[in-house]
Amino acid sequence: MNWSAISEKFDRIRAGDTDFLKKIRGLRRRLTLLLAVVGPGLITSNVDNDAGGISVYTQAGAQYGYALLWSLIPMTIALYVTEEMCARMGVVTGKGLSDLIREEFGFRSTFFVMVTGFFVDLANVVAEFAGVAASMQIFGVSKYIAVPIAAMLVWILVIRGTYRQVEVIFLFACVLYLSYVFSAFLAKPDWLFAAKQTVLPNLKFESGYLLMLTGLVGTTIAPWQFFYLQAGFVEKKVGPRQYPQARADVLIGSISCMVIVFFIIVCTAATLYVSGHRDITDAAQAAQALIPLAGKWAGTLFAFGLLNASLFAASILPLSTAHVICEGLGFEAGLDHKFKEAPIFYWLYTILIVVGAGVVLLPNAPLWKILIFSQVGNGIWLPVVVIFILLLVNRRDLMGEYVNTITFNIVAWVTAIAMIGLTLVLTYTALFQQSAPPPS
Amino acid sequence: MTQGLREEGGRMDIYATELMGAKTYDVEGHYVGRVREFFVEPAEAPNRVSHYLLSRGSFQPLVAKHNQVASVVAGKMELNVSERALELYRPNESWLAVQKDLLDQQIIDTRGRKVVRVNDVDLTPFRTNGNVELRLTQVDVGLPGAVRRLLQGVVPYALVRKLQSKLPQSAIRWEFVNLVEPDPMRRVKLRISHEKLEDLHPADLAEIMEDLSAAERQGIIASLDEETAAAVLAELDERLTTQIVEKMDPEKAADILEEMAPDAAADLLADLSKETSEELLDEMPGQEADEVRELLEFDPATAGGMMNTDFAFVGEASTREEVLEWMRGQDLNFDQLDTIVLLDSAAQFSGTVPVARLLLAAGDQRMTELKMEPLLSVPGNADDKEVFEIFDKYNLRMLTVIDDENRPIGTITVDDVVSKLVNA
Repeated sequence: MNWSAISEKFDRIRAGDTDFLKKIRGLRRRLTLLLAVVGPGLITSNVDNDAGGISVYTQAGAQYGYALLWSLIPMTIALYVTEEMCARMGVVTGKGLSDLIREEFGFRSTFFVMVTGFFVDLANVVAEFAGVAASMQIFGVSKYIAVPIAAMLVWILVIRGTYRQVEVIFLFACVLYLSYVFSAFLAKPDWLFAAKQTVLPNLKFESGYLLMLTGLVGTTIAPWQFFYLQAGFVEKKVGPRQYPQARADVLIGSISCMVIVFFIIVCTAATLYVSGHRDITDAAQAAQALIPLAGKWAGTLFAFGLLNASLFAASILPLSTAHVICEGLGFEAGLDHKFKEAPIFYWLYTILIVVGAGVVLLPNAPLWKILIFSQVGNGIWLPVVVIFILLLVNRRDLMGEYVNTITFNIVAWVTAIAMIGLTLVLTYTALFQQSAPPPS
Repeated sequence: MTQGLREEGGRMDIYATELMGAKTYDVEGHYVGRVREFFVEPAEAPNRVSHYLLSRGSFQPLVAKHNQVASVVAGKMELNVSERALELYRPNESWLAVQKDLLDQQIIDTRGRKVVRVNDVDLTPFRTNGNVELRLTQVDVGLPGAVRRLLQGVVPYALVRKLQSKLPQSAIRWEFVNLVEPDPMRRVKLRISHEKLEDLHPADLAEIMEDLSAAERQGIIASLDEETAAAVLAELDERLTTQIVEKMDPEKAADILEEMAPDAAADLLADLSKETSEELLDEMPGQEADEVRELLEFDPATAGGMMNTDFAFVGEASTREEVLEWMRGQDLNFDQLDTIVLLDSAAQFSGTVPVARLLLAAGDQRMTELKMEPLLSVPGNADDKEVFEIFDKYNLRMLTVIDDENRPIGTITVDDVVSKLVNA
């Protein structure tokens, strides 16, 4: 073999590689690298805006106008801080959150987290299918048709898809959230006033206002997100070298989530609050009320946004729950496994969907009670999980040089205490001061 | 793997969940403390419980040795010495702590070839002159262990045993358990060797490693010999391989790369940063580094990007006898021997001979009589789809890649094609 002849030829090719080509290739490579990592942060943050969430935001806008907008920036910070810690843990250790909890805190703690999580998530899944039913009703489709079809679609998507396929579809759904942006523009709000309210804190000490505030926080920061986020980075096999991209994904996700919330509140504030429709209690009512006020398109887009959010969340919540439980108990889990390889994972997912959709189809479904139940459950679950996260992320033997810095720790602990405090307040009121269910 | 409890001379097995928290009394009947942890000293005896940690509330914990225990049953342990004979506890790195290092941790089941999480541990008592020794027999990874952990301390032992006996058992014998310990010094102290892992097929070991954490993967690769490490890295998901190689000492990484086939090494290096791959190429001996550099110049989606530059070639005029003699003297592996490339007197590509024809030929037959028809080859820049089609059309197991002057520069084997098609 005449290596010198061959290598001469290659040298000629190498010399032809101009700087410009190198730069293009470098850019393309960095973009591919970024795209390979992006996903979990964006998806998790956007699923935050699920049926339950949208209901709360709609109420916030309808009942208090622009007055609650100032809380969005602190909430974005809280969301980003907690999610970043989970992303960091997933990227550095290569293990999911329930794996870490099991290894560091033992079986019983894991079991408690799993069981609470299962029931809270189940209640949330019911809320999602209720959202599907309500939004499809606006389009004139009965819930007995819409819900089973939705359940089947969601089930097939996950059972048949690989992680990458499912992720692409979820990312597409994130884009569809833009329908709320259009909706808001069609509502012709007072942009200057809204902007001012976003930046200037405006804390009123009346009970209804405070309750709405805690409701906002409670619906934005949910423990299942942390499990899903961390598991997402682990499943994508993101390593420490891509940590900057992972962090960017989480940042973009948190910001985009709050941007959507902003537009939802602005939309309902500009229409329902201003025109006196302040007793709207759920998103579907809001969508219908929007039609005479801001035109057919505003209402339709709003309803469509609700449908998108509900389907999206109905796919992710059962997935995350199944992951948490399987990881904790030591069963195989993950979309990249076939049904036979991870039977318990897929069965758990199926049960959550079937029960979730089934409850909505019952004639006198006690949806209100289920919502209260999920808020209470969240109140128990959130403090425990957040404290576990803070303890784990500070362990040098797990995280090496990626432990929290002192500044980050201060911010993180303050955020955690505030979140826990507010969540406990919400739980207390949910348990002891239930308001009557709305006339339906 | 579905063994339940066994009886040894009338004494029943005891579970770790039943031992933890057991009240301990000394030979005079005084209460000493509760068992909070127990240890195995692998350097001394691989599966014997060597020490028990006894906590006494606010006092410093004591340690009971294996030869100081008179009897052990669920929830109660009796010593054969007085409390004064016990020493104070001092942490020791060469002791394996069952509660901390084994329970709830992941271990490798070398027989089942997978990673599992430990729920509970089975211990068998052995009577030896005046005392009782506990030996680790099995590790429980199934539902019964999970149930026992959950109800430990809350529900009486007898009831727990009855409940969990109805559930399907799932346990792994201790000799098939391979502990995973990322810290290399601790691995030495605990005598954790990965000999059993080296017996596994590299593809199985790669799959096992995908279930472990980053640090654990690093630890296992560090403890394997270079040949096995190379085989495993070739099978592992490329994202994980990249992470492992980046964290590795460059000299060791280069040693492993040398053991790999040049095309596998080129694939690995292509995923690393420019600085890291240059650093590793510099550590490799000149000729092998050059071979890999050539391969790196090809786009992965071409014939050149799939080929292996290590292949067996002989002159077309040589006889079967001569070829066999030559083959015996070479250090080739079986993939390379599957098909032999022929060169004519101008050192150009003139055909291929599958080893089956070589086997059946007479000793004096020349290679040129045994070559396959038609004469097939592709240039280095041929598109990968074209390569796949040729393989399919002619039912090939190997295809030669040639340069502009019709000289063979590499071969593509059918496993490369399958790999690319599956991972597309």
